[in-house]
Amino acid sequence: MTPRDLFFMRLRGILRKEVLQILRDPSSIALAIVLPLVLLFIFGYGLSLDAENVPIAIVLKDNGSAARDLGARFDLSPYFKTIHLTSMAQAMDLLNQRRVDGIVHLQSDFSSGLFTRNQSPVQVIVNGIDANRARLIQGYTRGVLQKWTELRQARGEPVVGPSVKVSQRIWFNEAAVSRNFLVPGLITLIMTLIGILLTALVVAREWERGTMEAILVTPIRRVDLLLGKMLPYFILGMLGMGLSVVVGTTLFHVPFRGSIVALFILSALFMLASLGFGLLISAAIRVQFVAAQISIVAGFLPAFFLSGLVFDLDSTPRFIQIVSHVVPARYFVSISHTLFMAGDIWPVLLPNALALAVMAVLFTGLAFRKITKRLEG
Amino acid sequence: MDFVRRIIALMFKEFIMILKDPKSRFVIIGPPLIQFFVFGYAATYDLKNVRYAVFDESRTAESRQLLSRLSGSENFELTKTLLAEKEIDVVINREKTRLVIHIGPDFSRNLHVGRTATVQVIVDGRNSNVALIALGYIGNIVEQYNRELVKKGVVSMNGPGVELVDRAWFNANLQSRWFIVSALGGLISMVVVMILTSLSVAREREFGTFDQLLVTPFNPAEILIGKSLPGMVFGLMDALLFSAGAVYWFGVPFRGTIGALVLALGCFILTIVGVGLLVSSVSMTMQQALLGSFVFMMPSVILSGFATPIENMPHWLQVGTLLNPLRHVIVALRDIFLEGADASMIWHQLWPLVLMACFTLPLAGWMFRHRSQ
Repeated sequence: MTPRDLFFMRLRGILRKEVLQILRDPSSIALAIVLPLVLLFIFGYGLSLDAENVPIAIVLKDNGSAARDLGARFDLSPYFKTIHLTSMAQAMDLLNQRRVDGIVHLQSDFSSGLFTRNQSPVQVIVNGIDANRARLIQGYTRGVLQKWTELRQARGEPVVGPSVKVSQRIWFNEAAVSRNFLVPGLITLIMTLIGILLTALVVAREWERGTMEAILVTPIRRVDLLLGKMLPYFILGMLGMGLSVVVGTTLFHVPFRGSIVALFILSALFMLASLGFGLLISAAIRVQFVAAQISIVAGFLPAFFLSGLVFDLDSTPRFIQIVSHVVPARYFVSISHTLFMAGDIWPVLLPNALALAVMAVLFTGLAFRKITKRLEG
Repeated sequence: MDFVRRIIALMFKEFIMILKDPKSRFVIIGPPLIQFFVFGYAATYDLKNVRYAVFDESRTAESRQLLSRLSGSENFELTKTLLAEKEIDVVINREKTRLVIHIGPDFSRNLHVGRTATVQVIVDGRNSNVALIALGYIGNIVEQYNRELVKKGVVSMNGPGVELVDRAWFNANLQSRWFIVSALGGLISMVVVMILTSLSVAREREFGTFDQLLVTPFNPAEILIGKSLPGMVFGLMDALLFSAGAVYWFGVPFRGTIGALVLALGCFILTIVGVGLLVSSVSMTMQQALLGSFVFMMPSVILSGFATPIENMPHWLQVGTLLNPLRHVIVALRDIFLEGADASMIWHQLWPLVLMACFTLPLAGWMFRHRSQ
């Protein structure tokens, strides 16, 4: 037998053990198949930053045609669900009880003021507790006003629009659907879960249960052990990824403009980096309870908060931006956003892929060093 | 009396289990604290330093005035001045800038003859939220510029027009950090409590010490109470610490009462302890327990209104979120911090939590007895 044959024999042995262990405990299979599906449904339906049918109160104290016309524009807008009121006190009560999220107020001299003073105020009050939503609502009201002005101009009614107008184009996501950027991000999260959470326990478990000693007396080498621990979870992770892509594009109609080959190669890199990180935790800690905590704190939560998945990284303080560079998910979120919405833009993909490759090598290398074949760590 | 003594003995054992190992001791306080600070800074929807490029074909005093308003804003950061239209593609595609401001050659001519001048804004939509918020900021800046043009007499207001007057209540400067950080204590303490309690029984099972526990004179209810106390204590401690951090470090206003805060967090953590023990009692190994707590925590975080508003969800899902304990405590925390609620005003959030605890804790006890036979 050549050394190569021996290597494959050892690898087959350890792989067989790991696969059996996974199959006997169906919870890890469930994580790879069921959890992505559940999460996709919840994310796809639940996680949306697009406000629709925002309840607002319209207080028209003026019965002139211009005021009624403007009120009707708010009724017609898909962003708002309007309640017409006559007094400001009523509207403020509703805002305080959170029955409405905003108030549009036209004073009694709105229509006449348009002609006498050439300038009538449209007062808009929003509930600022959720600042992001408040800002979007303000944006929507601005849009309604602009539409109204354009409509009046088109009908030849006297009205003056602003002298400078903004014409906007949103590339890659014309309608600014937040789902199109949240679902690709979700794939990152699912792969992180499988890569870090599942593997964080697999070496620590052997130490804690004492089965590591059994492995120590076999001819299995460190490389075999590492590969045996990584390969099954790698396949699980890639399965979860594939499933998410299929469901995301078919059920939620998220566009996919890149190439499948690029997606496959780049997500394999990310999977390796995550697996390496998970195994490193597992090999270094040796206690399942602590390894579990670390994998959440250092693996999962940063993948949610420090990756640009929901919160934009450019707006964070400098030190957060620096910290975010050691989070593998950051690079893959950027990759998947680009692949899904913009296509194979290599100047974006390559630097991120390089960072992932460096991390994959670094983490796996460290994990390799930490998996000692001695009892005393 | 015996009952109390036995509980105290068990509690001691549980605390020693957690505190004897330096790694596990550190895990209770270190990482939650780091998370609080890192996420407090990272979790924000307020845009700062949005990178943008300018393609100014007009190159007049007017266009420069408008652009200087943009470069003076702390929300934006100029990274590049473009010289040709085809460069727009390159900088946006390669994520060199988030948006490009394009001013056409006839900008100031249009202004002076009284025609509407157009500023074209091209935004990278890969993060749709950033795109919309940035467009909102630009809309504001252009509006101010319009007003200045009228005031300076560059253009005359020779017809009827409307003026938008915006105001935001409770949070006049629209800082999203208040919204996020006030809820962070609930979120992080949930993670701590869930992991502590869900692994507690599973660990004894995996080590085989669970059988030893069963032959002691403790009855299952006592074991359950003993297992839940460390989670309660550490969870409440962390949550209160983070609430103090929100006020004293991040400057979030605290307009409500401390009693309401303790009550809301206490009820919430009791509910989570129940869920954690339930997961623990059905798991045979620690890996299963960890996965189980994830299956609970992920949807709870996403469907809690923590990061994205519940109002944006479809109606059936909004109804479903009523079963989510995190949703209730987050609403309560925001009411207490930002709207000045006292204990009586958060009643609507408290009773669902108490109800859920009344359901999960006995169920955990039942599962516990039945799985152990």
